[in-house]
Amino acid sequence: MNSVPVLTVKPWRALFDEKFHVVVRNLPPTQEVTLHSLHQSEDTDYWEAFGHYVSDAQGRVTVAKDESFGGTYEGVDPMGLLASMRPIPGSRTGLRFRIKEVHTPMVVHISVYRGHVSQGFREQVALASFVTERWYMAPGVRRVDITEGGVTGTLFLPPGPGPFPGVLDMWGGGGGLVEYRAALLASHGFAAMALMYLFPDAQKAATIGFHYIENAFRLLQDHPLVASDKIALLGTSFGASVALSLAVSETVKPICCVCISGSHVLTLKANQSIAESFKVMKEHVHKSRMDENNCIIWRDTLLPIPEDSDLKVDVGRITCPLLLVVGQDDTNWAAVESADDVSNMMERAGNSHLLTTLSYPGAGHLIEPPYGPHCRACTFVLQPGQQRVVVLWGGLTKPHAVAQEDSWKKILDFLQEHLCHSVKPHVYSRL
Amino acid sequence: MSIPPSLPMFIWFLSFFYRCLSTMVVPYPLLSVQPMRGLVDEKIQVVVRNLPPALSVTLHSLHRSEDNDFWEAFGHYTSNDQGMVTVAKDASLGGTYEGAEPMGLLWSMQPVPGSRTGLRLRRIDVLTPMVVHISVYSGHMTEGFSKQSPLAIVVTERWYMAPGVCRIDIREHGVQGTLFLPPGPGPFPGVLDMWGGGGGLVEYRSCLLASHGFVSMVLEYLSHNKNRNSDIESTTYFEKAFRIVQEHPLVMKDRVALFGLSLGASVALNLAAYSKDISPRCCVCISGCHIHRLNQSFRKVLNKDGYKIRFDEESRVVWRDISLPIPTDLGEKVDMGRIKCPLMLVVGEDDQNLATVESAKDMTQMMRAAGNEHLLTNLQYPDAGHLIEPPYTPHFRASNFILPQTRQKVMVLWGGYTKPHADAQEDFWEKSLSFLRQHLYPSPDSVPNAKL
Repeated sequence: MNSVPVLTVKPWRALFDEKFHVVVRNLPPTQEVTLHSLHQSEDTDYWEAFGHYVSDAQGRVTVAKDESFGGTYEGVDPMGLLASMRPIPGSRTGLRFRIKEVHTPMVVHISVYRGHVSQGFREQVALASFVTERWYMAPGVRRVDITEGGVTGTLFLPPGPGPFPGVLDMWGGGGGLVEYRAALLASHGFAAMALMYLFPDAQKAATIGFHYIENAFRLLQDHPLVASDKIALLGTSFGASVALSLAVSETVKPICCVCISGSHVLTLKANQSIAESFKVMKEHVHKSRMDENNCIIWRDTLLPIPEDSDLKVDVGRITCPLLLVVGQDDTNWAAVESADDVSNMMERAGNSHLLTTLSYPGAGHLIEPPYGPHCRACTFVLQPGQQRVVVLWGGLTKPHAVAQEDSWKKILDFLQEHLCHSVKPHVYSRL
Repeated sequence: MSIPPSLPMFIWFLSFFYRCLSTMVVPYPLLSVQPMRGLVDEKIQVVVRNLPPALSVTLHSLHRSEDNDFWEAFGHYTSNDQGMVTVAKDASLGGTYEGAEPMGLLWSMQPVPGSRTGLRLRRIDVLTPMVVHISVYSGHMTEGFSKQSPLAIVVTERWYMAPGVCRIDIREHGVQGTLFLPPGPGPFPGVLDMWGGGGGLVEYRSCLLASHGFVSMVLEYLSHNKNRNSDIESTTYFEKAFRIVQEHPLVMKDRVALFGLSLGASVALNLAAYSKDISPRCCVCISGCHIHRLNQSFRKVLNKDGYKIRFDEESRVVWRDISLPIPTDLGEKVDMGRIKCPLMLVVGEDDQNLATVESAKDMTQMMRAAGNEHLLTNLQYPDAGHLIEPPYTPHFRASNFILPQTRQKVMVLWGGYTKPHADAQEDFWEKSLSFLRQHLYPSPDSVPNAKL
């Protein structure tokens, strides 16, 4: 009788940012096999990844150590089966992988097939199959809707009596309420509030500005389970610009600030609305380009970096540690140039000792928590107005995955170092 | 810059200043438990960071059972120079366990003070996890945990069911049980899983076996329903159950094993020796006796030699002597010479419920005499008791027990001491899974499978 391959994936149930170990045993030696992952999204689209392997003399394939010879990823890549996922052939175009429902896990089917297969997985019977779960919420994390003081957001609290250090989490121009990163931060011990500040209704959007963000910060500070003197700002894209603007203001005192794919050329001044802040981009919208697939490239709208410091966030006034994360293949915003200019401004002002910049070759604009699929271009909904366009974000799958894994670890270390007052920051173990 | 008049004084002041500074900085202890969601038989790594050095702390675990009883364990530690406590490596200086015990917070759990007596922790709902709160407290505490605020808490889940495992009720041809299927296209090896004299349907072990790649059916053969006839007076019922597993489309027909504890182990031995209808590929028999024959009335077996029942100093029932002495007459015990499949016997040397040590010795001798001893693997554990189960759940030396025939509640002494019993469970489970894989998974060559 033929051998029965045994496939194991550990841990069976992991946090989204945790590594897993995929091993196949009991194969014949030097057998060509394909490892395949499959996930059905909340929108019922299918995402898959696959790698081509050859079993060793003991009939084993160990994804963490063996080389993939082809597929959606190549080489030794322990997390390739997740990080290189893409929509299956025949899917709708412009898809972006995002989870809305954070109480339930992302369920991924991992299978092993005979031979080096590149398509038609549905028509074949796998040799073995396994189900693994990827969670944004650790056991005991609590989710709280925030609607007070006119602020709309979601707070995630770690288990326990607290108080916990807090993080105000702001996403970018796509608007809405994106919860998964805040849920993951709570799973790492932070009281994290995802803030909605870009609303689809144009009338409401006109009323939202600097004071709204300030109120959100104070709301988080005043929560009974949050340490009021230990709040950090975390922003992506436009959220990063908002975070920088808040950090230089005198009105709130974040302990530290993390800005991912942001630009200090977009400012949110006191008494200014978000819509007004976007004017800069609107004035330069003629600089938008299209690539050969008609995907919008917006990066030139924030170039050149102005000389006049009134037209940028005055980063020379920042008094807290600042971590900038940029992708060198960011085709959406000129984040690299902005980071360079921030560094120069802080050098001149004498506060550059507060600055750490992480710059990743081959990474695009959407630098997120690791091991989720990368999208180089996808549908984007403009706020307000809800117009759908296809935007080029940039990045190539493998270097973008490397950037996400490395930057997330460093962001968590940075937050822990400054919020948790560790005695020896290098003690923290790797994710 | 002028040199201070008194250098030693200056240095003292400087060091005093920095000591004050370090105590003014209040760290947030960082407690991590990996994995946060694990299988019940998976090890956890519990680490505390960001403590001041040389701080006394207590690590505490708390679980609320389905019956609303609270179980807890705790260990006393001192943080090292880096302000860390690593449970897998550091020694607990006291508590419900001592020494370097990675899993002590789970296997040494006991009912909290003030609980009902005679409790036994057994999971009924396998679709949801056991939730355990792991906390770190300041100081070396032994009580009053609910009145004090911990420095940090992590919640961890312990699952019997891996993602993708499927649970199916079986009510077929008069057979009652629950079937668990691993995820995937199969085919898989099968297991017929039988518990002991307590009766009813206990699903968690089969569920765990399915999480490890076996189609496993737990069989109800001693019903709590008094009106149901006992199924234990012949091999027929069990053969029907075995065939249900064997004939399942996802099961490899010639790769089905028997797995039994206590009376279930005795049933397995009977089937392996006498059934003409079924041939198990291998058998795992835990805390069983070969002196129970399936051609006798079970009631007769239980009531036989009732005068030999003893009570210990705490009025707990000690049943082991009923099964002694081991008969010399072949007709009164299972003929071990007839067994043709690999057999693993697991016994605890402090078993107070059945004379399993003596029985195992006699079985070994019978097989030696018959020339089939090469099929036998003996696992014997000093100071382990009767109830050798999957690892990392609490041990209890005695517990409440409902007699299946009369529904009378007694307190039964099972035996075993917590630490050696926990070690026995950990070792036996790993070895029995290897044993099942070795005999049930066809492999391309004879290299034994590595541990999953």
